[in-house]
Amino acid sequence: METAFKVKNLKAYYGPKEALKDVSFDILKKTVTAIIGPSGCGKSTFIRCLNRMNDLVLGFNVKGEILYDGKNIYSKDIDVIDIRRQIGMVFQKPNPFPKSIYENVVYGLRIQGINRKETLDNVVEESLRKAAIWEEVKDRLHTSALQLSGGQQQRLCIARAIATEPEVILFDEPCSALDPIATAKIEDLITALKQEYTVVIVTHNMQQAARVSEYTGFFMMGELVEFDATQKIFTTPSNKMTEDYITGRFG
Amino acid sequence: MRKRYQWIKEKLIEGALFASALFSIFVTAGIIGVLFFETYEFFKEVSILDFLTDTQWTPLFTDKHFGILPLFAGTFLTTAIAILVALPIGLVSAIYLSEYASDRARNTVKPALEILAAVPTVVYGYFALLFVTPILQRFIPDLSGFNALSPGIVMGIMIIPIIASLSEDAMHAVPMGLREGAYALGAAKFQVATRVVVPAAFSGIAASFILGISRAVGETMVVAIAAGQQPRLTLNPLVPLETVTAYIVQVSLGDTPTGTIEYKTIFAAGMGLFTVTFVLNIVSYWLKKRFREVYE
Repeated sequence: METAFKVKNLKAYYGPKEALKDVSFDILKKTVTAIIGPSGCGKSTFIRCLNRMNDLVLGFNVKGEILYDGKNIYSKDIDVIDIRRQIGMVFQKPNPFPKSIYENVVYGLRIQGINRKETLDNVVEESLRKAAIWEEVKDRLHTSALQLSGGQQQRLCIARAIATEPEVILFDEPCSALDPIATAKIEDLITALKQEYTVVIVTHNMQQAARVSEYTGFFMMGELVEFDATQKIFTTPSNKMTEDYITGRFG
Repeated sequence: MRKRYQWIKEKLIEGALFASALFSIFVTAGIIGVLFFETYEFFKEVSILDFLTDTQWTPLFTDKHFGILPLFAGTFLTTAIAILVALPIGLVSAIYLSEYASDRARNTVKPALEILAAVPTVVYGYFALLFVTPILQRFIPDLSGFNALSPGIVMGIMIIPIIASLSEDAMHAVPMGLREGAYALGAAKFQVATRVVVPAAFSGIAASFILGISRAVGETMVVAIAAGQQPRLTLNPLVPLETVTAYIVQVSLGDTPTGTIEYKTIFAAGMGLFTVTFVLNIVSYWLKKRFREVYE
């Protein structure tokens, strides 16, 4: 299978504090890769490196390389806006804009200057269908997105990310603010999305990682302790720390 | 015994606090009461229709006319000029402070803006009359020594801090998650600021605009000093005119005897002014309340 990201000796710093220590592994295309680990292990820092969201943090710094399509996304001649269009992201807390459902979905297109109504209408329907929320909102596309429930808002945010036709979608603990039913819907959706997209998901919920992913990376104290097929990690981990974590001895 | 002493002490303190709060309410009620009473007296002598439709305001002359329109035209014109200056500059400053400025720049610029708000308005008045007007006259030879343009611009400068500071507060309160959501879709910084942060903070920004307008409508010293004292029904910013507030100063300063019709005009004019600012403040309050509900 093809590689989407090749992470090479990635180190990340917040000011003097080292948040990631020499992380290297490959993320394959059109698979779901889960990142697990206890709080503060660097898993969120890691996923935010993949679309350079950490650029927004003052004092943040990286060393090493993340090759995406063979190019280092941290090299100087890379347009960060371009990167973010190809690598979408869904956040921990649903963050729809205080606009209508329709305008939320087309936001990414409008900022690219795409305003043709027919195009936008098609993208809205297609994206909302892929995010499994079309049936629930098709009659109220022009009402405020803030009136939706938390789970619906999160699926809307997924639709918003899909609308710009990315190749990768990053999920940073997408279900931690949701109830179990909404969580189940998002998980089904993630499983469906891997047909077309490369998915990376950070989660503190190990069952979730086991349910949705094919590969799992276990982070601790800024280090990648183990990376392998999910089944292997959860049945016969090769590292003692991984075993302790997944059996619930700490974390 | 000790317990009882404590209880009395608590009650006394509570009573004192309540009395202080009550005091300001009484004062406000008293002012409004006087305003209403004297306005009522005024309208016993002048018909409301004349007051609202006559195009001349000459209560101090022998041929008396009591049309409030020229004064409100003056207020409207100077306020409009002030808003034209303050709104764009205030909003752009707020965007800069909230979205672009480093912490260091913010910590320098914000206090500086607040100093601007602390300058006494009489200073702004003389600044308009003796500094801004002569400069403007170089470019606009037709400009009178007293005019609406110069005090309008200076009032605009004066209310920039209100608009900038309150709008910045509103933008700052926009959750970081919304910005991240936009960045993650490939938005550039300017697009995040103008297409996400400003719309999300809209009601707070609008409230700051309205407070700014309300401040300009009620502003007195600047216009009294630099706009002249000639009630004139005009929208020409180059000629002397008089605002509602400037008129009130003019009459209050003179030797107008209590109880005369001239004396009563200031209450009628004040009542008009009060109505306008009161409505503006209610609108602003309503907007702010709406704004607060959005992210709770």
